[in-house]
Amino acid sequence: MERDKHFILGVFDDEDVLLHAVKDVRSSGVKIHEVYSPYPVHGLDEELGYRRSRLPIAAFLFGLLGTSLALTMQFYMMKFDWPMIIGGKDYAAFPDFIPVTFEMTVLLASFGMVGVFMVSSNLKPWAQPRIFDLRSTDDKHIMAIDIANNSSMEQDKIREVLKSSGATEVNDKSFDE
Amino acid sequence: MAHDVQNYNLDQKFEFTPALKKPIMTVLVIGAVLLGIGIVMAMMGGGHEEAAGEAGGHAFHWYERVYANLWINNVYFVGIAIIGVFFFAIQYAAQAGWSAPIVRVMLSLGHWLPYGAVLMLVTFFVANHDLFHWTHSYLFDKSSPEYDSIIDGKGAFFYWPMEKGTFPVFYIARMVIFFGFWVFFFNKLKSMTYAEDGITDNSQWFKIRSWSAFFIIFFAVSSSIAAWDWVMSIDTHWFSTLFGWYVFSSWFVAGLSAITLITIFLKGLGYLEMVNENHVHDLGKFVFGFTIFWTYLWFSQFLLIYYANIPEESVYFLERLSSDVYGPFIFVNILVNFVLPFLVLMTRDSKRHGVFLKLVCSLIIAGHWVDFFLMVQPGTLGHNGGVGLIEVGMFLLYGSVVTLVVLSGLSKGNLIPKNHPMLEESYHHHI
Repeated sequence: MERDKHFILGVFDDEDVLLHAVKDVRSSGVKIHEVYSPYPVHGLDEELGYRRSRLPIAAFLFGLLGTSLALTMQFYMMKFDWPMIIGGKDYAAFPDFIPVTFEMTVLLASFGMVGVFMVSSNLKPWAQPRIFDLRSTDDKHIMAIDIANNSSMEQDKIREVLKSSGATEVNDKSFDE
Repeated sequence: MAHDVQNYNLDQKFEFTPALKKPIMTVLVIGAVLLGIGIVMAMMGGGHEEAAGEAGGHAFHWYERVYANLWINNVYFVGIAIIGVFFFAIQYAAQAGWSAPIVRVMLSLGHWLPYGAVLMLVTFFVANHDLFHWTHSYLFDKSSPEYDSIIDGKGAFFYWPMEKGTFPVFYIARMVIFFGFWVFFFNKLKSMTYAEDGITDNSQWFKIRSWSAFFIIFFAVSSSIAAWDWVMSIDTHWFSTLFGWYVFSSWFVAGLSAITLITIFLKGLGYLEMVNENHVHDLGKFVFGFTIFWTYLWFSQFLLIYYANIPEESVYFLERLSSDVYGPFIFVNILVNFVLPFLVLMTRDSKRHGVFLKLVCSLIIAGHWVDFFLMVQPGTLGHNGGVGLIEVGMFLLYGSVVTLVVLSGLSKGNLIPKNHPMLEESYHHHI
């Protein structure tokens, strides 16, 4: 996959200014690549127009997988593979299976959710994240705008939109790869 | 943020108009008619033939079933009422902001408490021998052939300081003290929250918070002991160490469902404009979460008894699971109170839209009645019990009377605590 190389960065001091800026920038027709902030900003997802995460669906499906795996495993072991009488109950004593089933459901749902999150967010251990501006881990909000994605607009116009919407700095950032 | 909370009518009062009372009265009449038909049918039937022919056992009378139903509904609706006060107290003790506009809806459930207290005491005195095995004095008489050493050992819990088998002073004293304090705390919290409307500083909020904390401490002890007294003592030989929590959780889910239903109902009528889907979402999460909490306790009680298989413990579930009358209801209980709310309320959307919550909360309120039905009837009526016209009629009758009392109590004062210090925070609540 070819990676985009040239970005314009708007640096914001204040989250409230940022929220309004996101609205202004998007309404002026500029497509925002991503916003980086040191902490979660309430309402930023909606302003950026992100869809709701579908992670819960993945969690549910993995949980369902855990439930069925646990029940299958226990029924197979206790009924067919090595039937054992425990506590005078039937071989396939359903209530006995519930604690293990619960644990397997929780385990697979949480592992599956973490796994899906890492895959969908491209968080593989060898990934080289692009650092747009180190200050986004400290006290600044960074709005990154992909030039290739906004080819219909003049770059100076984009800078002007960022400035007028409250950015304290407007910088350029390029990546080699 | 151009809007703020002052844009809304904070002085609004809930008007309990005759048009609103009409459907509730209709349910009340239907319930009364069903109950009447049920009683007449039971009288004509003269009890079960098997019961009459039972050697040694006493003959079954129709009124025992009425008493058992009175007891089920007394315990159940008193529980819902006190949960309203408890959840109100929780909001203040936890300094919750989101719930500020609906705290009075929670508290309004407590209006049933004085009526419930009277009904409970009257029912106990009228029906004691028919409901509670331990009230028979021959159990404590060593010379009697029916002397029961186990119940004798527990006798002091009911009769202290009197002689066992006479008048249950300790039991009645506990009932009176619990109801006395519950009604006292309810009235105290109610008068404090309405007094807040007249002042402008936060002092009243701090007072409510302190009183709430005291109430929670009292409720923590009294709810458990009330569950032993009112429900667990029916099966006098048997005991379960988590029974208090189990009954509390059943009350709590039903109470939360009632609070959610009233909130959605008021919103549907145009009240509580500042309550939006975010607040409803939180209520939905409470219902969803405590549904699972109830299931956890129910199953913990069941699994340990089933697994250890000690006769004196497992008899409780044997009586229920192996009975034609009660066996199916065990599964109804699990399906309606766990599987259905778990699957329906799992998604975010279903917790934010009134339609799903109305459906699930109504079913939960009926479902937890079944839970109490399963706690009370097997020990009192045995195989003469079941869900028939008497049960349905009595439940509808009680439910509609409680609704009338609660809603008319709610209509007495302002709906929204307009000087609650966190009203603005609640208005901006967003999840």
